[in-house]
Amino acid sequence: MRDVSRSRRRSPARAAGDAGGSNSTTTDMAQQQGSEHNGASGSIEAAAKGDAALRRDLLREMLLIRRFEERCAEAYAIGKIGGFCHLYIGQEGVGVGAISALREDDYVIASYREHGQALARGISARAVMAELFGRVDGCSKGKGGSMHLFDRNVNFLGGHGIVGGHLPIATGVGFAIKYRGGDQVCVCFFGEAAVNNGAFHEALNMAALWKLPVIYLIENNRYGMGTALERASAINDIAERACSYDMPSEVVDGQDVLAVRAATMRALQRARGESIPTLLEVRTYRFMGHSMSDAVSGTYRTKEELEEHMKRDPIVVLRMMMEQEDGWTDADMSKLDEEIKALVQDAWDFADASPEPPLEALYEDVLVDTTS
Amino acid sequence: MAIITYRDALNQALREEMQRDDRVFLMGEEVGVYQGAYKVSKGMLQEFGEMRVVDTPITELGFAGVGVGAAMVGLRPIIEFMTWNFALLALDQVVNSAAKTLYMSGGQYPMAMVFRGPNGAALQLSAQHSQAWESWLAHIPGLKVVAPGTPYDAKGLLKSAIRDDNPVIVLEGEMLYNTKGEVPENEEVVVPLGQAEVKREGTDVSFITWGKMVLVANQAAEQLAKENIAAEIVDLRTLSPMDVDAIATSVSKTNRAVVLEEGWSVAGFGAHVADFIQRECFDDLDAPVVRVHQEDVPMPYAKNLERAAKPDAKKAVAAAKKVLYLE
Repeated sequence: MRDVSRSRRRSPARAAGDAGGSNSTTTDMAQQQGSEHNGASGSIEAAAKGDAALRRDLLREMLLIRRFEERCAEAYAIGKIGGFCHLYIGQEGVGVGAISALREDDYVIASYREHGQALARGISARAVMAELFGRVDGCSKGKGGSMHLFDRNVNFLGGHGIVGGHLPIATGVGFAIKYRGGDQVCVCFFGEAAVNNGAFHEALNMAALWKLPVIYLIENNRYGMGTALERASAINDIAERACSYDMPSEVVDGQDVLAVRAATMRALQRARGESIPTLLEVRTYRFMGHSMSDAVSGTYRTKEELEEHMKRDPIVVLRMMMEQEDGWTDADMSKLDEEIKALVQDAWDFADASPEPPLEALYEDVLVDTTS
Repeated sequence: MAIITYRDALNQALREEMQRDDRVFLMGEEVGVYQGAYKVSKGMLQEFGEMRVVDTPITELGFAGVGVGAAMVGLRPIIEFMTWNFALLALDQVVNSAAKTLYMSGGQYPMAMVFRGPNGAALQLSAQHSQAWESWLAHIPGLKVVAPGTPYDAKGLLKSAIRDDNPVIVLEGEMLYNTKGEVPENEEVVVPLGQAEVKREGTDVSFITWGKMVLVANQAAEQLAKENIAAEIVDLRTLSPMDVDAIATSVSKTNRAVVLEEGWSVAGFGAHVADFIQRECFDDLDAPVVRVHQEDVPMPYAKNLERAAKPDAKKAVAAAKKVLYLE
């Protein structure tokens, strides 16, 4: 079956370069509004909104993640997926919007809630599902699991399980890009709780000090596990932390996939053109519990709060725009949904049929047997 | 044959490997403008420039992670810790990222990088600056660990570490930097990882040791020689992977073993060596294996207490006599 992720990423007129001659430098460190107030130059906004085909691709990608994650919950419940499993439902607009702006040779690195970014980056649904099932055809050969998805073919540098731990790694990727004189960019996804971690400070300070092409993308879903942002951070407008590093920042509405794409394009332009890092605070919301063992609501957030946020479902937001702009119909939606469901079923079947890793794999890849 | 310091041997290794491979760079605190806290990188900023000899803020976790990221995309970083005592802040990157990424990515991301710096106690630096970390580091699958005790091995092991496609820990010693030894000038000095060396031949007792303790073992062997006891010194040089054959060969010859290490006894690397010997050399042993190590206390400042805490030649001689049933 055709892999929608890959086909989308390779289709024309999607790369950040589309922004063309924009000289947008409007990012304002003090800016606290959503992206609709960004006032960026028209060309990036236009490129970000693109045409009906782009919007359809973004919708398709978000829907793939949504349906994929729903099946993950089901697989977890019947024991096909084990360990920790953190779902991306509600946050699809963030990963899809940001990654849609990247070039194929850019790098993506993420935390442990990374199924969505992995799919958006182009790891096949089959390879991700097989990894979650702990099977040999998984993108990490079944040895990483939900929190450690990797794929060298699409420059997906992993799912990392220690909060904040991958931020300095992203800085190092930026360092290597600059060392080689390249013009790639590294995009680093992490939750808002990581900004309270020392690694955040160390990573951003060096990236700004050395002017490295890295976009630090905070997925502010309001809760670090069960601890609300305002119970953990002395500053609630966390993009303001960029001031400490004299780093450009922007606050973005994460439920608007096109706004995320536009903000990412602006950050990419700074990173590629001037080797300047950016802190993007993308405000979103997680519709599920922290992990599969966490109730959706009840302890640290109310049902009412959850329902209020679910009104701004990123899929619904884009779909409504498409109904207005592109004449998108319920029939179109049903057709797409059926297609995606079939794709995810195929991924499930593939994963289920894939063998467990052979026992010899236990001692493989501890060390490599080479020198250079 | 030139006689050079351990410090200069490391400097030669760094410079030769950076000349050989432009993916190799040195990063750490004070490695550039200051010329190295212990002058190991003297002259390198001038030779290679600031992109390849990179001064960092005091941010061990951060720049260890920068090394990991650079290694993931194909560079070959050498991360210098001013001392391994400060590296504890960086262990999350060393353990969770450098050591495990190859495995958890199913073999996709080798981590060709070196973490190096002085390890263990110097003189009167007190508790926080006087710790030997090899037991912690050798414990971790996915890392190689070397601890050179001579200038020749320092040069040869560091060069091999830089060429190896795995994360390699290089444990140097502040008290070793000024020590001198023979290092040939006009030939390539490369010591393969994983190979021990018999530094002194003997028939009566085996000292199994590494790093700074090789010097202590030598002093002990000299004293024992005066009493007609011939001690053999097996310098492991690489702790992980450990050269088990070299240990077994020596123990089968002397039938008595003393494991000499700089760090604490509890769960120390020496316990791992002793475990191997009792399991694989049981029939060769004429006495239980004895360990010499730092006393199990934080390192005290006072000169007399520090001396009492450290493993030394006197303790090593006593241990040798114990396994020979002479005391």
